[in-house]
Amino acid sequence: MTLMTEQTSNALPAADPPAGGPPTASVPTADPPATAAPAAPQAAPIAQAGSSHARTIAVAEHAAVTIEHVAVGVEIEHLNAYYGQHLVLRDITLSVRPNSVTAIIGPSGCGKSTLIRCLNRMHEVTPGARVEGQVRLDGDPIYAPGVDPVVVRQRIGMVFQRPNPFPTMSIFDNVVAGLKLAGIRDRALLEQVAERSLRRAALWDEVHDKLHAPGGALSGGQQQRLCIARAIAVEPEVILMDEPASALDPMSTLRIEELIDALRTSYTIVIVTHNMQQAARVSDRTAFLTVGEDRAGYLVEEGPTAQIFTNPRRRLTEDYISGRFG
Amino acid sequence: MSATVDPLRIPGRNIRRRRATDRVMGALLAVAAVVAVVPLVLVFAYVLIQGLPALNVPLLTQSPMPAGFPGGGVAPAVGGTLVMVGLGTLLGTPVAVLAGIYIREYAGSRGATAIRFLVDVLAGVPTIAVGLFAYGLVVVPMGTFSAIAGAIALAVIILPIVARVTDEMLGLVPGSVREAAYALGIPPWKTIVRVVLPAAASGIVTGILLGVARIAGETAPLIFTALGNQRVSTSLTEPMDALPLRIWVYATGPYDSWHQQAWAASLLLVGLVLIFSLLTRFVLRRRGPAGR
Repeated sequence: MTLMTEQTSNALPAADPPAGGPPTASVPTADPPATAAPAAPQAAPIAQAGSSHARTIAVAEHAAVTIEHVAVGVEIEHLNAYYGQHLVLRDITLSVRPNSVTAIIGPSGCGKSTLIRCLNRMHEVTPGARVEGQVRLDGDPIYAPGVDPVVVRQRIGMVFQRPNPFPTMSIFDNVVAGLKLAGIRDRALLEQVAERSLRRAALWDEVHDKLHAPGGALSGGQQQRLCIARAIAVEPEVILMDEPASALDPMSTLRIEELIDALRTSYTIVIVTHNMQQAARVSDRTAFLTVGEDRAGYLVEEGPTAQIFTNPRRRLTEDYISGRFG
Repeated sequence: MSATVDPLRIPGRNIRRRRATDRVMGALLAVAAVVAVVPLVLVFAYVLIQGLPALNVPLLTQSPMPAGFPGGGVAPAVGGTLVMVGLGTLLGTPVAVLAGIYIREYAGSRGATAIRFLVDVLAGVPTIAVGLFAYGLVVVPMGTFSAIAGAIALAVIILPIVARVTDEMLGLVPGSVREAAYALGIPPWKTIVRVVLPAAASGIVTGILLGVARIAGETAPLIFTALGNQRVSTSLTEPMDALPLRIWVYATGPYDSWHQQAWAASLLLVGLVLIFSLLTRFVLRRRGPAGR
């Protein structure tokens, strides 16, 4: 929370949260953003392109209003990532602040996705892939000997570029898959978690009457929200999103962005996007990566999103955000 | 070329000849497709025509009469086929599915290539050699031909079929599904058992069906393992009859009544395999939203 005030204060000095106000624990019933989400479905696609500036401010307001659940931060320290002998990420040091949305932007091939996959040890799932350096979750090193990647992934959820609901499972089973496969059988609890997660993912109203239909029968945008519901059902502390809207239409993209905005009250979010407007709309801080002569990606600069997009410190960043390359 | 050339026409090619070639080639492909289906229809029709007159209740309920006497049935063979094919499937399929999972999920690319090659070699071993293997492994130590020896031979035949199908079907499950499970903090083994295997289940079951149909018709591996039996036997340690064996004996025998019953038994065998696979497909379609 203290980190948040620093970053939001330059945008909205008056909107600081009341001092000493303890963060409300994540109450299942509290989900105002979910109901507010389907605001103006007709107007949205047209208004979307032009309203990015207005939304950025709205986002900042939201972030300053309530934090339901204090999430944890992620520290990336001198991270190198390889595929076999090939270095794809060089010496990344980056701090992800709790209860914030950090966007990672950069040209194709700069290792954005690899970076985010290093944060929950998904990188090593690819044969031949390995990592040097360290990533700390709330201070704890996730690349220490003896750390089980399964446990890391329970604390750091992930949403992928393409919606990937489990093909054999119903909507309900998809949402509670993480709990069920962890051995939880309590039906009442599962139902409660399913409803809460689907409400948070702004999908409940659309699916509550067909929870036992196959997850694959939903539209692409609904499937992606189903995947977000599935990720938050296991109550991670950090959510990683790898271009979560790149396979979706503008309307679905808008809904996902509204969702990200709402989720920051409980989670730390890292989002990879190739869409700079999206980064500007949803994120508090932005990290810009690019690819060097040796084809390895590296971090150019990181800072408050407003600053990166209006007054970047580095020439390379300015060239990229103004569309001169990438 | 003058300026009047139609820009949509490819210069220097005769469109009429291309169309004609297209039609001829299309017709050739259609003929090939028909030729591929014709044997199936002919086999079914022939077996049906020849077998139906001799297909009756005693054929299913009675044991064979002494050689040359009319009447009797192939009840021991029907029972024996059900028992040995069932047992062979039960013995071979679990090992095969586990082997397929190992190849796809655990062996690593070099190991998988090696094991796949060996499994393919096993699939290519002539079934009579598999029968010889079972003879040496089971019949000689036991000192007698037996149903269990036949079942083991059949298990060895179904093993590579199901192992390779399992391997291929697991390979068709997208990596994104696996990653989704890993990202939820689900351990890899549980991901395979609860997520990947169910997604591949319908394909694996289809492979098992193919394998069952294949071993139900096998004759060679049963000749010196199960041997055949004139009477109904319920003991796994004694010789047992099987439909392909009985068909082989009757079809090559000198009596008209045997020939008749060989046709009827063929019809039974074809019918059994057909009914079994239709039933399984039906059951599969009824349960689970899976489908494909």
